[in-house]
Amino acid sequence: MLKQIRLFALVAVLLLTTALSAVHAQDDVFSVAVVSPSATTDLAFSQSMYDALVLIQEDMGEEAFEFVFQEGTFVVDDAAVALRDWASSGEYDLIIAHGSQYGSIVEELAPEFPDVSFAWGTDENTFGLDNVFAYTVAAEEGGFINGFLAAQFSATGNIGVVGPIEVGDAKLYVDGFKVGANYANPETVVNVTYIQSFSDVPLATEAARALIANGADILTGTAQMVVGPIAVVQEEELMWFGTQASQAELAGDVGVMFQIYRWDVILKDMIAAIEEGTLGGETYVLTLENEGLEIEISPFNTVLSDEGKAAMQEEIDGLIAQIIAKEIVIFPEEDMATAEAMMDGTAEATAEATTAP
Amino acid sequence: MSDILTASVFASTLRLATPYLFASLGEMFGQRSGVLNLGVDGIMLMGAFGAFYTVLITQNLILGVLVALIIGALLGLVTAFISVTLKAEQGISGIGMYLFGLGMSELLFQKLIGTPKSISGFPPISLPILSDLPILGEIFFRHNILVYLAFALVPISAYILRSTTWGLMIRAVGQNPTAADAMGVSVTRVRYATVTIGGMLSGLAGASLSIALLNVFQQNLTSGLGFIAVALVYFGRWQPWGVMLGAVLFSFVQALQLQISAIGIDVPDEFAAMSPYVITIIALVFASKQAEKPTALTKPFVRGDS
Repeated sequence: MLKQIRLFALVAVLLLTTALSAVHAQDDVFSVAVVSPSATTDLAFSQSMYDALVLIQEDMGEEAFEFVFQEGTFVVDDAAVALRDWASSGEYDLIIAHGSQYGSIVEELAPEFPDVSFAWGTDENTFGLDNVFAYTVAAEEGGFINGFLAAQFSATGNIGVVGPIEVGDAKLYVDGFKVGANYANPETVVNVTYIQSFSDVPLATEAARALIANGADILTGTAQMVVGPIAVVQEEELMWFGTQASQAELAGDVGVMFQIYRWDVILKDMIAAIEEGTLGGETYVLTLENEGLEIEISPFNTVLSDEGKAAMQEEIDGLIAQIIAKEIVIFPEEDMATAEAMMDGTAEATAEATTAP
Repeated sequence: MSDILTASVFASTLRLATPYLFASLGEMFGQRSGVLNLGVDGIMLMGAFGAFYTVLITQNLILGVLVALIIGALLGLVTAFISVTLKAEQGISGIGMYLFGLGMSELLFQKLIGTPKSISGFPPISLPILSDLPILGEIFFRHNILVYLAFALVPISAYILRSTTWGLMIRAVGQNPTAADAMGVSVTRVRYATVTIGGMLSGLAGASLSIALLNVFQQNLTSGLGFIAVALVYFGRWQPWGVMLGAVLFSFVQALQLQISAIGIDVPDEFAAMSPYVITIIALVFASKQAEKPTALTKPFVRGDS
């Protein structure tokens, strides 16, 4: 009898130790869950976030940081299911809704789970909630630089922009691009086509063709549908300026430079805040100053000479310094009110436009 | 006005219409025999991926087209089995095929390719002499071969439906399968054939995107284009020339709104984007009043049922 009691006690201790070890190990791991509207290989919005999480995992190590990424969730209702499941599981330290169309879901869910930290973007609104971080990007900064350089490269003085929907960082990028192009050359014509979709590649392709048929010799664009216009630019042997992520490898010799979103810069700040007990209430913005925006000259472009790339880099560095020092103000104050008004209600417009058929 | 209605707008119209035309003509055959297939978009995605991947690894465009046709045929057969043999609810089974194509094409893309890549697709073919014609040359005679094929299928389809025994059987099965069966026509065989042909043409529609018009593949490349193609069958009153008219009208309005933006005319983008759909709906309202919808559309055939 005594032997059996001792055996039982030993097994119980072993089981308890194992369970405690598992819990302890789990507590040491910072877990993140992300939902996004497009693929992690879209060379744009979703890929920039995925790449950031991979970078953080490389920095912190897999034993300290893990994440799940539900991509291609363009149906907002599906995203709501995922977000609710994650929040109620209690397994995640940070839940990210990567897409402005998910704002209403976050606003509804966050109060139900006050001990869970949410983040959403691109937007500045935390809904006044202590467990919601908001993040956005000063895309107009890289847009300005792209536009400035593009105007100098353009032989026809006509540049085309293929945009998705006139909301959020897409609008900021395009507006900044136009300002930058005209800053370099007031005679430059920048024609913009918003195709009202983030993913309609056939329509974006024809938009690119229409812009080129009307004289554009340089194109730019934003969102995952840009793969179509890039193919047209390659066919016509023109030039491409990109944003959100690097499309350098796809664009090859026609890719000139890219504004890259470095979400890891602000994610690290969020992680630090959460670990110190702050679950939200802050807004983060990717800027050139905090190095959340990176301007990359395409390493896959063999047409530009090394000297040419060096001259470009010098010009880019100068523009970055001027923007940071506020010597260049991309949107004068009287235009800011208009820009902010456009940002309001963008989540609703984006949700309607990105619902699957 | 001359800056708006340019030759490039009409040329763009024909390019945009090509995938709609392939998919709609294929769907038209199926619907004329009484089977609705809402999975067109999914089959297009699978055809688009199959063609693209084939060209990526072999650089053989013809092989890419063949692969798209085979994939379309196989998925058409599956659709036929579900709708005709199992007599499942056609609308729901079609949605299932769409979701399958959407998910599988994305999975295969991620596993086999990983990141968007571009290929050299079908180049434009300038038809001798004709392509040099002022204005008309640019509009009609400088397209890739799949554009020419799509439009060539319109009179071919019309001839098949109106002037061949096979076309008569298709129409009979779609109007009155019981009577057709009584006359010795195999309703099952006809429906299997038309839905399979529809699948092949949907696969070809996908290929026309990935290896001719876009030369790239990405998740959800079709962006719901297959559903528009199904609607165009109704618009066209189940007639090949009507389907072509619908495809061209829809594409023309799309091309026009792109041109208006490209030349800097300030029209609200939302208005421009919705206009193809609004105009098509208006035309559909008028067209449907005289429509000769196949009487047996979506109705499974059971011998002995009146």
